[in-house]
Amino acid sequence: MESITEKGPKPVAKVFTYILLGIWALINLFPIYFMFTFSLKNNDEIFGENIIGLPRNWQWSNYAAAMKTGNMGLYFLNSVIVTVAAIFISTMAAMMATYAITRIKWKLSKLTNAFFMLGLTIPLQASIVPVYVVLSNIHGLNKYSTLIIPYAAFALSMAILISSGFMTDIPAALDEAAKIDGCGYFGTFFKIIMPLMKPAVSTVGIYSFLQCWNEFMFANVFISDSMHRTLPVGIKALSGQHTTDWGPIGAALVIATFPTLIVYLFLSRKIQASFIAGAVKG
Amino acid sequence: MKKFKKGFAIFIFLLPGLFLFISILIAPIAVSVYRSLFDWNGFSEGTFIGFQNYVELFTNGSIKFMTALKNSLILAAFSVFVQLPLALLLALLLGRKVKGEKVFLSIYFMPVLISTVVIGQLWLKIYNPDYGLLNRFLDAIHLGKLKHVWVGDVKTALASIIVPTIWQYIGYHMLLMYAGVKGVSTDLREAAVLDGATKWQVDRYIVIPVIKPIIKVSVIFAVTGSLKTYDLVRILTEGGPFQSTEVPSTLLENMLFLRNRYGMGSTISVMLIILCFAFALLISAAFKEREY
Repeated sequence: MESITEKGPKPVAKVFTYILLGIWALINLFPIYFMFTFSLKNNDEIFGENIIGLPRNWQWSNYAAAMKTGNMGLYFLNSVIVTVAAIFISTMAAMMATYAITRIKWKLSKLTNAFFMLGLTIPLQASIVPVYVVLSNIHGLNKYSTLIIPYAAFALSMAILISSGFMTDIPAALDEAAKIDGCGYFGTFFKIIMPLMKPAVSTVGIYSFLQCWNEFMFANVFISDSMHRTLPVGIKALSGQHTTDWGPIGAALVIATFPTLIVYLFLSRKIQASFIAGAVKG
Repeated sequence: MKKFKKGFAIFIFLLPGLFLFISILIAPIAVSVYRSLFDWNGFSEGTFIGFQNYVELFTNGSIKFMTALKNSLILAAFSVFVQLPLALLLALLLGRKVKGEKVFLSIYFMPVLISTVVIGQLWLKIYNPDYGLLNRFLDAIHLGKLKHVWVGDVKTALASIIVPTIWQYIGYHMLLMYAGVKGVSTDLREAAVLDGATKWQVDRYIVIPVIKPIIKVSVIFAVTGSLKTYDLVRILTEGGPFQSTEVPSTLLENMLFLRNRYGMGSTISVMLIILCFAFALLISAAFKEREY
């Protein structure tokens, strides 16, 4: 029987496959391992005695330095504020727009959708000059909203794309039933559609989270005061101050990365699914 | 009345999205196009100069736009011809029911989640001429001759940007392709195996044609992503040495903050938009062509 169903691959080929996959796994894990270990070492270890081994004397003081002189606590908080606000605004705006596009019948709905989809190809760089000039004229630079509004806007197209996939799967009969029960468009949206869109919200949220949390160009150009820096800009500033002291830099890198990695540990399937949803429908 | 109610509802539902989209994406593009025709410092009225910024962009060597464009196209070429084939290979291997497939998948995708700034800082520690891992490794295997000041040497600076970029996003493309590979029906595979096809033949003649739409998306993302690249250049080389690793986005920033040439900055923005759309359309067309 077995010989018919599938010829087992030759053992040599199989071993070769695992070696290849294993090497690539190591190449991917090593920088992360390196980051965690040197964040807990002093310069003597990093520069000579113990370059890639586990730390011998765990230097928690690196983290204290990153928090104190590097202000990483503040930057972390700023990143959280900006990211959460941007995700909330763009997700809400996207759900509403998607509702109008997919569940209300009108002539220009397809065109409106196509218009929003332009945003998938428009690069961030497109708006940097005018937005910078307008913001500096109205003293709008160096605030949380300086980043929140552009982040929300650039997350919007993908959010609409992903949520329209989910929303068209909701049976139209639900809307009709709601209508008979006396629900208007707004009632239907908030009471019937939104509760069913939870999986879409989490998919969109994950996608936008990574986009905003890691964004560097707008943050670098629009924010010059240290009070409103987000993590990526803060890390760049810190590494400028500590050119010879690597430990605190490593600690800062870990502070910026561990929330994402911890969430990934528990939600890896879901996170991967968000990225697939974002690309496959595009 | 009913019609009015419907129109009003549509208006309200679209309002937040349209407001964001138009004020941050569409209107600024219109302004950029308009301002790209001006000699403008960002604050005065500016002087209308027609297409002179565009002409200067391509002819004035000191602006370095051609260098920047060349660099991003080299990056795009490496992405398409090195990164994507590697991603495809990994996706195909993982699609063959290997043990620990989900674990490998999760590990390969990890770098995608990490901020490019963090990745850049880590690679700076790898490239550091005195204490960096790379030079120490070369010393350890008695290849000290090959040591370089990686990010500071004109010969190696661009390569030292390309390597981490490609490394970081292989996992992303692999994930998309893997999703496609898993979507190929097992019946189809088994039928081919029964007909005597080897694993490579199954991949070549059954799997790859099925996942072609995904490959198309990957190629578009790889090329437009390369045109837009910014983070790693800012972190690793700042466009140096001698502006040899500038990319359009770093030049754009320089125009604003170093040279006060907002008109020229707008011109670079417009060029980037045109290039992104042009490549996206070209690649789509190329994939369509090959279907017939």
